[in-house]
Amino acid sequence: MELRVERDALADAVVWTARSLPARPPMQVLLGLLLEAGEGGLSVSGFDYEVSSQITVDVTTAESGRVLVPGRLLADIVRSLPAQPVDLRLEGTRVVLTCGAARFTLPTLPVEDYPALPAMPTTAGSLESDVFGAAVAQVALAAGKDDTLPVLTGVRIEIEGEQLTLAATDRYRLAVRTLPWRPEHADLSATALVPARTLADTAKALTSGPEVLLALSTGGAGEGMIGFEGGGRRTTSRLLEGEFPKYRSLLPNESSAIAEVSTAPLVEAAKRVALVAARNAPVRLSFSADGVVLEAGGQDDAQASERLECGWEGEPMSIAFNPQYLLDGLGAVDSDTTTLSFTGPTRPAVLTGKRHQPGDVADYRYLLMPVRLSG
Amino acid sequence: MSRGRVVPAGPPKGPAGDDTGCHVLHVDMDAFYASVELLRRPELRGKPMIVGGDGSRGVVLSATYEARRFGVASAMPMSRARRLCPEAVVIPPTFGAYSEASAGVMEIFRSVTPLVEPLSLDEAFLDVRGATRRFGGPRLIGEWIRATVEDEQGITCSVGVASSKFVAKLGSAHCKPDGLLVVPADGVVAFLHPLPVAALWGVGDKTEEVLRKLGLHTVGDLAATPVQTLQRALGPAVGSHLSALAWGRDDRVVTPTEPDKSIGAEETFPVDIDDPRVVRRELLRLSERTAARVRASHQVGRTVSIKIRFADFTTITRSKTLPESTDVGRVVYATAIGLYDALGLERARLRLVGVRVEGLAPAEGQARQLLLGERDTGWREAEQAIDRATRRFGAGAVRPAALVDPDDPLRGPRGGTPSPYRPDKRSRSGYSS
Repeated sequence: MELRVERDALADAVVWTARSLPARPPMQVLLGLLLEAGEGGLSVSGFDYEVSSQITVDVTTAESGRVLVPGRLLADIVRSLPAQPVDLRLEGTRVVLTCGAARFTLPTLPVEDYPALPAMPTTAGSLESDVFGAAVAQVALAAGKDDTLPVLTGVRIEIEGEQLTLAATDRYRLAVRTLPWRPEHADLSATALVPARTLADTAKALTSGPEVLLALSTGGAGEGMIGFEGGGRRTTSRLLEGEFPKYRSLLPNESSAIAEVSTAPLVEAAKRVALVAARNAPVRLSFSADGVVLEAGGQDDAQASERLECGWEGEPMSIAFNPQYLLDGLGAVDSDTTTLSFTGPTRPAVLTGKRHQPGDVADYRYLLMPVRLSG
Repeated sequence: MSRGRVVPAGPPKGPAGDDTGCHVLHVDMDAFYASVELLRRPELRGKPMIVGGDGSRGVVLSATYEARRFGVASAMPMSRARRLCPEAVVIPPTFGAYSEASAGVMEIFRSVTPLVEPLSLDEAFLDVRGATRRFGGPRLIGEWIRATVEDEQGITCSVGVASSKFVAKLGSAHCKPDGLLVVPADGVVAFLHPLPVAALWGVGDKTEEVLRKLGLHTVGDLAATPVQTLQRALGPAVGSHLSALAWGRDDRVVTPTEPDKSIGAEETFPVDIDDPRVVRRELLRLSERTAARVRASHQVGRTVSIKIRFADFTTITRSKTLPESTDVGRVVYATAIGLYDALGLERARLRLVGVRVEGLAPAEGQARQLLLGERDTGWREAEQAIDRATRRFGAGAVRPAALVDPDDPLRGPRGGTPSPYRPDKRSRSGYSS
């Protein structure tokens, strides 16, 4: 194998694929990145039996070939190379990398022992990469981080014809986003539970291209697999098993009170007031026709309060939230004005963007369970 | 443990003294370890019995009054105790039982007043000023404590009631065993002066020797000696301290110890266990008990830890910090089981398991993050209902089905005889209610 590649393209490819390399792999070869040079360019692949990532970059190839090199070491080297073309050449069992006056010789891993990457499942449909990236980011933040409840560490993807729905919950909040997309078949109906972190990383990386292809292996006795492709990158991930909570029944159909607040001032105020809230302590919001008062802190500790203008329909009400969860939701609604709908101080609040007309169903809903102040 | 110091008969345990101003109680269990052992071995009641190590270097930890009559005393070498009282039965100590009984006794004290200063497992000072309205005077409080300790723990104690800590302590030593003595505030000097100097706190063998050489034998002798003389003989600090004590002056206040940093329970199996089902059931029982104690202390804890001791005494602990504090047995159990399962012990032989809740904070004012789809009444409320049933009907009145002995549903596996090693075929670990 012998080839020449642009430094930035190589760095992007190696650093991205090396991210998914396992720390303690079941097999030594999984510490390697697979470099394959051929007519289509150089493809770089990493795999940990859960997730595979592959990216193809343009090169000037003198000789095709296939080699497995220690991934993290290669990533460290490539990251620090000067901005000059990089030459890679296989000499016996070693790879020689030269860039300007710098020269590295790397040992290789037995490429014949490297497992075959999972095949890309059948394409299910496509959508704009930036739209997908933004939607995933809105939802993935509500996924659980506790591995003792694996089902909640995933984002549920539901495909119903031309509508794609993403949902995630850690039981404290639930984020649901619906968006249009282009299915391969108009009557396509499918669901998948994808590890939230993998999905978020992938959706972000795929914004480098204009479009994202989603591929799903459904049915059958084998393990479920999802694939994403776009901008020369492709990722496959094993799906999570288990039943995602029946979240639709949690979405309230009606509300007894509605607040409309300018998002940015509320975010600023919540951050300020939360400074005095001890760990896990809530921020209290008191709504009335006069606006909303944010408060935090205890009788013996530091206290803070701040009043904001806000639109309010309903009886005066106080409710308390974990400040970080509230800020997550306010950041995710992605709107100048946030609508907060309530049914009671111990019932979930629904955060949505500005309502254009009463009765509109928002395409993004962030349900947030309040904190009960117990005596 | 009662100190070895002997207080000779002074004023009789006599007529009800005036308890006005006597807000300090010193409560001392009578022959604590021995009394607890007697509960488990009633056949030894009325016989001389000694608790302590029986080896060549064994020491007497406690003895029944029948043994003490032969001169057996705490901290005495066992070989000497054996010579003094050859017919005494010697029992090795079971410390778990003592600390359990102690916790129960201290809980009784804390139900009277938060101002409880434990000195050891078996004695404590109480400041009862805030409780007199509820219970009546200090004497009545002392009587109530004595009755309650005997009723709930099956052991007796002696109570000294006085206006200061050290007089209260002398009072309880004076009326032992199974007695109560009020030293009226205006009778302190009369009570103290006939006592030997060794009765005073801080007078050990050496000090006693010095005082004896000065011809000072009683507290009254000490009181009659100019403080300068005592200071010359004993040093300025000790001299003035003893002079003050001899006149009954002791202004140290009852200082409650910090509340527990953690609450836990552990169980040493009667025989080593390798059946994971038995271990899981024991973890369930310990989780329930720990959570009940956390609730009883009006606290919540954020970290759950388990302790595993293998047959070879290797001991490991594992802990997990929860997203938020809890006092719910089911949450403690789920966390404990998660930690246990993560160890992948298979069928390792275990000697002991324990469950502990750490990072305690007052439950009062604790904010609780609610869960989506959570019912208004959940496990927390169910367990609070169990607490109420337990207070009314006794421990184990309501418990997870896994902890009900199928052979005798009215008794738990721990109803009296321990049987965690008896495989329970019908029930699985976990709740089945």
